[in-house]
Amino acid sequence: MNTSIESQFPTYQIIDGEGNMVNDDYKSEITEELARKFYEKMIFARLFDRKGVNLQRQGRIGTYVPFEGQEAAQIGSALALEDGDWMFPTYRDHGATSAFGHSLKNIFLYWRGFIEGCVPPEGKNIFPPAVPIASQILHATGTAWADKKKGNDRVSLVYFGDGATSEGDFHEGLNFASVFNVPAIFFNQNNGFAISLPINKQMKSKTIAQKALAYDIPGVRVDGNDIFAVYFETKKAVDRARNGEGPSLIEALTWRYGAHTTTDDPTKYRDQHESHERREKYDPMTRLEKFMQKQGYWDEEWAEEVQKDASRRLDEAVEEMEKVEKSDEAVMFDYVFGTDVWPVEEQKQAFFADRSER
Amino acid sequence: MTVAINTKKMTLVQAVTDGLRTMLEEDERVLLLGEDVGVNGGVFRATDGLCEAFGEERVIDTPLAESGIVGTSIGLAMNGFIPIVEIQFLGFIYPAFNQIMTHATRIRARTKGRFTVPMVIRAPYGAGVRAPEIHSDSAEALFTHMPGIKVVVPSNPYDAKGLLIASIEDPDPVLFLEPMKIYRAGKGEVPEGKYTVEIGKGNRLKEGEDVSIFAWGAMVKVAMDAAEKMEEKGVSCDVIDLRTLYPLDKDIIAETVQKTGRAVIVHEAPLSGGVGSDIVSLINDTSFLYMRAPIERVAGFDTPMPFFNLEDDYIPDSTRVQKAIEKAVSF
Repeated sequence: MNTSIESQFPTYQIIDGEGNMVNDDYKSEITEELARKFYEKMIFARLFDRKGVNLQRQGRIGTYVPFEGQEAAQIGSALALEDGDWMFPTYRDHGATSAFGHSLKNIFLYWRGFIEGCVPPEGKNIFPPAVPIASQILHATGTAWADKKKGNDRVSLVYFGDGATSEGDFHEGLNFASVFNVPAIFFNQNNGFAISLPINKQMKSKTIAQKALAYDIPGVRVDGNDIFAVYFETKKAVDRARNGEGPSLIEALTWRYGAHTTTDDPTKYRDQHESHERREKYDPMTRLEKFMQKQGYWDEEWAEEVQKDASRRLDEAVEEMEKVEKSDEAVMFDYVFGTDVWPVEEQKQAFFADRSER
Repeated sequence: MTVAINTKKMTLVQAVTDGLRTMLEEDERVLLLGEDVGVNGGVFRATDGLCEAFGEERVIDTPLAESGIVGTSIGLAMNGFIPIVEIQFLGFIYPAFNQIMTHATRIRARTKGRFTVPMVIRAPYGAGVRAPEIHSDSAEALFTHMPGIKVVVPSNPYDAKGLLIASIEDPDPVLFLEPMKIYRAGKGEVPEGKYTVEIGKGNRLKEGEDVSIFAWGAMVKVAMDAAEKMEEKGVSCDVIDLRTLYPLDKDIIAETVQKTGRAVIVHEAPLSGGVGSDIVSLINDTSFLYMRAPIERVAGFDTPMPFFNLEDDYIPDSTRVQKAIEKAVSF
C-alpha cells in the first residue's frame, strides 16, 4: 500500500492540459452553459489584469499586483459562493472579488491609492484586500463563527498564498475553525513562490493540503488551473460548511506568470522560461478553450463578442476611476471612530484651517 | 439608561464581573472570549460564574492563542456580535499586536464605516503582586499611540463597572486595562444594574490649590497617599484620576493646571514615550503661560519591568511622588 503524503493528497483534476475530461465525477453538471459562464468570467479577469498592468505602466495607477495565470483558481472558487457569503481576499485576488460582485471602479481605485477602493457594494460581504500576510484567515474564521452562532447558512471563504501557511495566523485560524467547527473555507493558491522564495524553502511539507490533517479537517489538493476541479471541489467544501459540517482546506496548484508586483523583477529569482513553458502547457484559459472546442461548445464569434464586452466594461470602469481625482481630505479623519474624538476632530479642524490659508 | 438605585459593596474585580454579567443579560450580542474564562472563571476570577449562568456559547474558553482570539473576535464583531476579549495579562497581548494595529483599529476607516469592530479587550496590567516576569507590564502607551482605539483604566470599583459598560457600548475597539494590584485592594459601593461612566472624562479625587497630580490605575492610590502626606506639610494638592488615556480629558487637565500652575504626573510605565509625555504636551498646548514650575514626571524606568524582587524599587511610591511635589512647589 502506498501511504506517501503525495498519494494521500493527489492533485484532483477534471480537465487535463489538452482539454480532455479525465473523469466523469461531474459529467452531468458540466454543461455548455457552465463552460461559457466560466469562460466569460475568466477572460474578463485576464483582461482586467492586463489592464491593471498597463495602467501602472502608464502611470495612471500606482503599484499593481498581477494575477495572470491564477484565473481558474480565483474564478472557480468565487463562483462556488452565494450572495451573502463572506469573501476575504489578499491583494492578488481582484479576479475573485470582481467575479463575486465587487465594484470594478473601486478595485481600480484601490490601486490608484484611494481608500474608497476598499468599500464593496452594498450587500456584498467582501473584505478589503488583506496586506499583513495570513491575518485575514482569522477574520474569516470569526465571521463564519458569527454566522454559525446566528444559525444561518452563510459561509466565509478566505484566500491566501503558499507563504501565508508559515504564519502563525494560518495555524491559529485553522485551529479555531476546527475547534469551533465553523463554516469556513480556507482557499490556498499555491503559486510556487512567495515573492522570491520558492515553496521548497518555505516548507518541508510535500503539500499544503496535508496541513489540514493537524486540525482534523478535510484537506484537498486541486489543479488550480482547471476551473472545473476548482469549482466543484470548492462547491463541495462550501456545501459541507453550509450544512454545518465545518471547515475545509483547499490547496489550488497554480502559477503567476508575471512579477509579484509591478515593482518586482522575477528574473532575479526564477527562470522565466518556466513561466513561458507553463503558459504553453497549463494555461487555464487555453485549457478551457480546448475543452470547449472538443465538446463543440466553442463559437469564435461568441468568444469575440465576450472579449469585446469585457473590454468595454473595463474601459468604462477605468473612465469612472479616472474621474475621481482626489479623495475628500475629510475621509482621513471622519472614519477613525464612530463618535467624535477630540484629538482627531481638533487635528481635522487645524488641517482644514491650514489648507484654507494656503 | 436605567437609573440604578441599590448599591452593593464589592471589589474592583467583582465590579468587572458585575459589569460583564449586566451586559450579558442586557445584550445578547455580547460574548466573552479568552483563555480560561469559562469553566475556570478566569485566572483572576473576573468571569467567575458567568459560563455557568450564560452557557458555553456566550462565555467561551478559547485555544491558547492571543492573535487568534483577537483576530477571530474581529470577524465576530464585523458580523453582528460584541466580543469582550480577555487577554490573561497585558504582557501577553503582544502576539495580538498585529491584529489590533492593522485590523481592529482600521476596519472602520478602511471601509468608510461599512464594517466596524465594536469590541472590548480587557487585560489585567501593572506590577505590585510579585508575579512572574512578563506578567507585570504597563504597556498602555503602545496603544494610546495607535489610531482607532480608546484606552481606559479604572482605579476603583464604581468606575470599573461604569467604564466597562461604556466600553461595551462604544462602537469602536476599547482597550480596558484592569490594575491587578488593586483588584481586591478594598471594596466600594457599586450600583446594581446598568450605568455608565463616560469615556474620556477624568475625575477630581481631591481638591487643592498648589499642585496638580495626575495618575491612573494603581498609581491613583500612591498619588493620593503622597497628596495627603504633603497636605500635612501645608501643600495643597489637586488630584486627578485620568481614567481614560486616549482620548485624554483635555478640559480637566487644563483647568487644574491653570489653577495650580504646577503638575506632577505619576505612571508605572517606562518614562520615555509614556502617556506622561502626552500630558506634558497638552499642558504646553493649553496652559503654557500659567505654569510656575517645570512639570515633574514620576514613572517607571526605561528598562524592562524587573523581576519581582526589585519591583518595589521600580514602581513609583509615595516618597518619590512627595519629592516630586516638593520640587515643583519649591522651584
